[in-house]
Amino acid sequence: MIDEKDKVRSTEEVISTLKIFRDEVVKKYPKKVARKRAKAIVQSDAGAPPEIQANVRTVPGIITQRGCTYAGCKGVVLGPTRDIINITHGPIGCGFYSWLTRRNQTKPEAPEDPNFITYCFSTDMQDSNIVFGGEEKLKQAIREAYELFHPKTIAIFSTCPVGLIGDDVHRVARHMKEELGGGINIFGFSCEGYRGVSQSAGHHIANNGLFKNLIGRDDTVRGSLKYRVNLLGEYNIGGDAFELERVFEKCGINLIATFSGNSTIQKFENAHTADLNMVMCHRSINYVAEMMETAFGIPWIKVQPIGAASTAKMLRKIAQYFGDPELVDRVEKVIEEEMLAVKEAAEQARKRTVGKTVMLFVGGSRAHHYQDLFEELGMTTLAAGYEFGHRDDYEGRRVIPTIQIDADSRNIEEISVSKDETRYNPRKTEEELKALEQQGMEFNEYHGLMTQMEKGALVIDDLSHHEMDKLIEFYHPDVFCAGIKEKFCVQKMGIPLKQLHNYDAGGPYAGFQGAINFYRDIEMIVGASIWKEIKAPWESEEYVEATFAF
Amino acid sequence: MRKIAIYGKGGIGKSTTTQNTVAGLAEMGKKVMVVGCDPKADSTRLLLHGLAQKTVLDTLRDEGEDVELDDVMKPGFKNTSCVESGGPEPGVGCAGRGIITSINLLEQLGAYDDDKQLDYVFYDVLGDVVCGGFAMPIRDGKAQEVYIVCSGEMMAMYAANNICKSISKFGKVGDVRLGGLICNSRKVDNESNMITEFAKRLGTQMIHFVPRDNMVQHAEINRKTVIDHAPEHTQANEYRALAQKINDNTMHVIPNPLSIQELEDLLIGFGIMN
Repeated sequence: MIDEKDKVRSTEEVISTLKIFRDEVVKKYPKKVARKRAKAIVQSDAGAPPEIQANVRTVPGIITQRGCTYAGCKGVVLGPTRDIINITHGPIGCGFYSWLTRRNQTKPEAPEDPNFITYCFSTDMQDSNIVFGGEEKLKQAIREAYELFHPKTIAIFSTCPVGLIGDDVHRVARHMKEELGGGINIFGFSCEGYRGVSQSAGHHIANNGLFKNLIGRDDTVRGSLKYRVNLLGEYNIGGDAFELERVFEKCGINLIATFSGNSTIQKFENAHTADLNMVMCHRSINYVAEMMETAFGIPWIKVQPIGAASTAKMLRKIAQYFGDPELVDRVEKVIEEEMLAVKEAAEQARKRTVGKTVMLFVGGSRAHHYQDLFEELGMTTLAAGYEFGHRDDYEGRRVIPTIQIDADSRNIEEISVSKDETRYNPRKTEEELKALEQQGMEFNEYHGLMTQMEKGALVIDDLSHHEMDKLIEFYHPDVFCAGIKEKFCVQKMGIPLKQLHNYDAGGPYAGFQGAINFYRDIEMIVGASIWKEIKAPWESEEYVEATFAF
Repeated sequence: MRKIAIYGKGGIGKSTTTQNTVAGLAEMGKKVMVVGCDPKADSTRLLLHGLAQKTVLDTLRDEGEDVELDDVMKPGFKNTSCVESGGPEPGVGCAGRGIITSINLLEQLGAYDDDKQLDYVFYDVLGDVVCGGFAMPIRDGKAQEVYIVCSGEMMAMYAANNICKSISKFGKVGDVRLGGLICNSRKVDNESNMITEFAKRLGTQMIHFVPRDNMVQHAEINRKTVIDHAPEHTQANEYRALAQKINDNTMHVIPNPLSIQELEDLLIGFGIMN
């Protein structure tokens, strides 16, 4: 007998039912909640993306996928840098649970180079620190960290109680900078967990801190003068940055700084000597790109090195920007060479993957980027959404002027950036930029997730657990992509879940080699119905029932 | 053992009233413990004849977890037991959390145990109920009976009404009840009648009207309660009367706080019209 779940359904047929799903799923909620959630569930239309509600407070109790502001600031943006000591000022849990859980990797260039990311630094606040204030303990923690490791930079991250009791981490940073002397750089972040509606606020706070305290501190021009680029919003999960570094090197592209996969403080301080900024994760780092353009005149483009074709597209964009035939030729040669193995791997994988369906609910750009890889595998995205994206990440940057600034956004410090008087240097003239635009290049632009999805596919912001349950119950996607919080619930329902926060144990998935890895992993996942086969003991075993006889 | 919390607007005379009342109860032969819940740590000054007390939180900070009850509890006037919770210096840390910590520690150390044979515990709490920590004495059954010190001044009545809001909130889930209003006179026109009426509307009573008398100041300067400093003075008798009334009080209610409009009408009715 064919299991109803295994019946192949055409994607058109499935998509035609999504509108009904949308109306049905919110019925379970109380009236006010239903009204709110309905605004966050829309059907995609690439031509005219509908307005979606995003970056607003989660309804309490709804079981959100979201994380906190501290997680976005410390865990995501500053976490992957190896030679900075990141001290969590707070009770021990915050530090512990943001300790390498994203599988960020890093590779010191020499054995004696510092690498602190395997350590977890925390002030471990106790009851008495809450009552009497924790500033002294924080100072002590900084002293100890300095004596043990002699780092060049120390950053302090505020957790919720720090904000409640009013410890001033910025004042402590200034004080300790003076006390320790010797040019050590110490700065704090007011990234208390409650400060925003999600981790997105933490990214913004981290961006401001990067710009204020690190970028532009070192004017030394290092490395070749040609093809100098920065990659923004790449966090070296599962070794992604290593693969991209390999590709760039092969092309002769000079990667000055990555924010912040496999990065060092010196690279941040030097980043303003690059000639092009490439934004990978638009949500977490577009602020830095904007600020660097204003201050130093470095244009930025959106790139997407997830998926082999997209990686090739990124390389061609770089070559086009620098406009040097030598680079253009070299990039084409690299693409040709790399694509041989990619094509072979794709052909193999597609035997099992074509026609399969996927849902992605993850991050603030990943739910978009990974659709490229699934397209290369011939799989259809039925539904997708971000945890902490804003409207521009769904509908494109054109909607930014219409986004209303609410009280929660005002909680985030605004910094005003102006032209750097001595170092502002437009990398391209207005005419050159116009000419490049005419050739199809786009600057300061991101079109958002909806432009990529099939008409009618579901887009859901801040997916709730109930909505996830229903999606799986109704559509049985062949793969569900999310994070650790969803993983085991989904797999218990018989659907394989691929974590796109930390890649489970896999990766890298970026670039060409990464695409090959991804094809193989997804082929294995959809090719083996292990989660459907496994039954709970009470579902598969026969029980012998009896009563005691005396 | 009766567990009593004294609340009221800042500066209304909670500490003075509490200590004088406690002196009255001690004179009656009652065994009383006073727990000061104010970071300033001045709630037992008159009973101890000066700020001789090391606070619970300071002790905890200096000695670590290894604290003895004798380290934080000092005998005061007529063998009353005096404890100061203490707290951080102004503008630092969280005083509310400090009160929670120190009351928990007192319980852990057995300050309330039967062998102490206490008749009364008095919590003297800072100002209005400003956050969860300061509401601690009326949560979780730490205090069962609340007296609010107020006067006929408008802000004192606002504060009293606010405190009633929190008592009615916690009273519905716990066993805290309002015992009455203590009017610490500021010589406002028609004060006694207004507070009597205010108490009635709240569903409680004005348990005593303490007249204003300079003797209280004299006693304070001498770091003593009036009963201690001038036992024959009429003001000492006022506090004795208050102590007796609290001792005999059986009226314990969940108050009905007034709306702002009702409160203002009351003020206009008594304060201006007459």
